[in-house]
Amino acid sequence: MTDVPGGSGQVEEVDRPVTEALRIRPPRHLVSPMAVRYWTARALVGWLVVVAIQLALLVPAHAGLTGWRAALLAATAVAAAAHLAIMPRWRYRVHRWEATSQAVYTQAGWFSQQRRIAPISRIQTVDTERGPLEQLFGLSNVTVTTASAAGPLKIHGLERDRAQALVDDLTRSVEASRGDAT
Amino acid sequence: MSSVSSDEVVEAGERPGALEGGVPWRRLDVRMLVVHPIREVVQRLPLLAGVLIAGTSTGRTGLWGLVGAVVTVGLGLLRWFTTTYRVAGGRVQVRRGLLRRQVVSAPLDRVRTVDVSAPALYRVLGLVRLTVGTGQSDRRSNTGLRLDGLTAAEAERLRTELLRRPERAAAPSVVTEEVLALAAPSWIRYAPFTLSGFLTVFVIAGFAWRIASEARIDPRRLGQATAGYAQLGAPPWLEALAAALLLLAVVACASTIGYVLAFYRFRLVRGPDGSLQVGRGLVSTRSTTIEGRRLRGVEISEPLLLRAVQGARCIAIATGLRVGRGAERGGTLLLPPAPMEEARRVAGSILGTAEPVAGRLAPHGAAAHRRRYTRLLLAWIPISTVLLVLVWRMSLPPWPWEGSLALLPLGLALAHDRYRSLGHALVGRTLVTSRGSLVRRRCMLACDGIIGWNLDQSFFQRRAGLATLVATTAAGRQQYAVQDVPLDEAVRIADRAVPGLLSPFLVAGEPEPEAVAS
Repeated sequence: MTDVPGGSGQVEEVDRPVTEALRIRPPRHLVSPMAVRYWTARALVGWLVVVAIQLALLVPAHAGLTGWRAALLAATAVAAAAHLAIMPRWRYRVHRWEATSQAVYTQAGWFSQQRRIAPISRIQTVDTERGPLEQLFGLSNVTVTTASAAGPLKIHGLERDRAQALVDDLTRSVEASRGDAT
Repeated sequence: MSSVSSDEVVEAGERPGALEGGVPWRRLDVRMLVVHPIREVVQRLPLLAGVLIAGTSTGRTGLWGLVGAVVTVGLGLLRWFTTTYRVAGGRVQVRRGLLRRQVVSAPLDRVRTVDVSAPALYRVLGLVRLTVGTGQSDRRSNTGLRLDGLTAAEAERLRTELLRRPERAAAPSVVTEEVLALAAPSWIRYAPFTLSGFLTVFVIAGFAWRIASEARIDPRRLGQATAGYAQLGAPPWLEALAAALLLLAVVACASTIGYVLAFYRFRLVRGPDGSLQVGRGLVSTRSTTIEGRRLRGVEISEPLLLRAVQGARCIAIATGLRVGRGAERGGTLLLPPAPMEEARRVAGSILGTAEPVAGRLAPHGAAAHRRRYTRLLLAWIPISTVLLVLVWRMSLPPWPWEGSLALLPLGLALAHDRYRSLGHALVGRTLVTSRGSLVRRRCMLACDGIIGWNLDQSFFQRRAGLATLVATTAAGRQQYAVQDVPLDEAVRIADRAVPGLLSPFLVAGEPEPEAVAS
C-alpha cells in the first residue's frame, strides 16, 4: 500500500502545457425565457407537496401548531421561497446549447453544472418530448443519446418550433455520417 | 428517428426465414430433456428435504411446491421442442415459443462476444450453454440469444462461425495462439483477500434456513440446546471477538473454495484473429471470447484488501460487455486476483505496450488534495454533531459518539489515500485515469473508444477551479472519469484525446467570470 499510483517502471514525464491554456466557452444559445416560469412552476409543485405532507401529518396530531411544528413549517417556507427565487434564474443563465455540423454541446444545471459534448458521428437517437407541464408553457425538451449509457445530452426548455427544427437538423446531420457509432 | 437496435425480435406469423430457405433449423441437444427435471429437483431440494424429514403432513405449501415443480419441468421440456436456431443469410436466428412464436435475430457483424459456460450438471452430460453478446441487447434483461444446451463440439463450431469475418476467411488455418496468462497455483494465496466468500456464506445460510423452515425446526429450541454453553461465563466481548474471528475464518475458507471453483485452470489466450479467450472453472467451466476489434482497453482494479497483499485483477473494457451485468456477469474478467506484476504484464501485453500501465500519472494538485479532506469532514462533522447532541440531550449511551471519534483518523487516512490514487495521463492514443481507495482502479481506455465528454463541476469544484472530466464510451463501465482535475488540464486532455471535437468551442484568454445568481 505504499506504492504510488503509477508504480515503478518506465517513467513517462507528463508534459505540462507550454502554450497558452485554452479555455472552453459556454454554448451559444440560451433556452426560451419561458423556461424560467416552467422551472418555477415545477419546483412550486414539489414544495406544495412537501408543505401538504407537513400539514397533513403534523396539524391533526394535536390541536393547533405547537412550537417546533410551526418552526419546521416556517423553515420550509423560507427554503422554498429562496429556492423559487434563485434556482430558476440561475438555471436560465446556465442552461445553454449549441449544435454544429460536427458536434452537439450542452450546458445544464445550476448549483452543480454539467457540460456535455458528443460528436454527431456518435449520435444514435434524437428525441423530442413534451411533458404536461412543459406543454402548458409551450416548451419541449430534446434528448440526444449516444451508444454510451452515460452520455445522453438533454436540452430542456426550448420553444416547441425551435426544438422540432433542432431535431430535424440533427437527424439530417446524423444520417449524413452513418457508422457503427460505438 | 428510431434507435439503432442490434438485434430484433420478429413475431413470426408466417414461417420465418423463408427468404433464406435451405439452411435447416437446428434443435438443442436431446440430453436437455434430462437436464430440466434434474435441475428442478435440485432447486426444490430444501422443499423435498423438508417433506422427507417432517413427513408428508407438511400441508398445502409443500404439495403446491411439488405441483409447481412438475409444471416447470413440463414447461422446460416444452421449451426444448419449441426452440430452434440457425445461422443463415449473415444472421444468427433463434426461434422459440409455443403460443407466441418469436424469432430473435442479430446480424453476424454485430456479434461481439460469445460466452460458453458449462455448469456441473451440463458437464456431466457433455453439454454447454452458449450466450451471444450483441451491443445493446445486454441493456435489456431478456436472454434472447442464449442457446441453453448444445454439445461442446457444436458450440465450438458455432463459436467459430459466429466470430468468423469475411476478411479473415483467407487467414491461414494454422492456429497461432498466444498464451497471455496461465493461473499459477501460488495465486491461491490471494483468494482469502477477495471476500467473495461473504456471498457464499450468505447463500449457504439461506439454504440452511430454508431447510430448517421447511422441516419445521424451531431455531429457538436449538438456542435452548446450546444454552448450557452460554453459562460457561465468558465475558460478552470475548464471545463477540470469537464469533467475529470464526466468521472471518469461515469467509476466508469460502473465498478460497470459491476462487478455486471459479478460476481453476484459468487461461487467457489471444487468438490469431486478435480475439481474447478466457477459459476457467473447476466444476462448472466457462469460456468467453471477446472479439479483438471490440476491445477498447483494460482496467486494473485493486480492492483495498487485495492491494494490501500486492494483488490486483484485470477487467476488459469492450463494447457490448458491460461490467457486471446480466448474462455477461463476470465475462469481463481478464485476470483473477493475481500478483500485481502479473496484472501489469497482462494489461501491457493486451494493450500492446507497457507504457500506459507503468507510466507515471500526473497528480491532480493541492486543490484536489484539499477537496478529499473537506469532503470527508463535510460528511463526518454533521454525523458526529448529531451523535453528540443525542448523547447530551437524549442520554444516549456515549459509545456511538466515541466510535465516530475513533473513525476520524481512519477517514483521514482514507482521504489521503484517495488523493494519492488520483492521477491521469494521455499516453499515445490511450487515456489513463486512476482513482479510488477502497477499490483503486486504473483504467486505460483507447481514445478511439471515447464517444463524448461530460465536464461536471459542482459549486465547490468551480470555486476550487476543478472539474471532473468524464469520457463516455460504449464499452465497459460506459464512463471513465478523471476526477477533480484542474479545469484547464481537463480541457487540454479532452482536446488532445479526441482532436477536433472541442476546437470550435475553445477560446484563448482569461477565465470566464463565474455565473452566479443575480
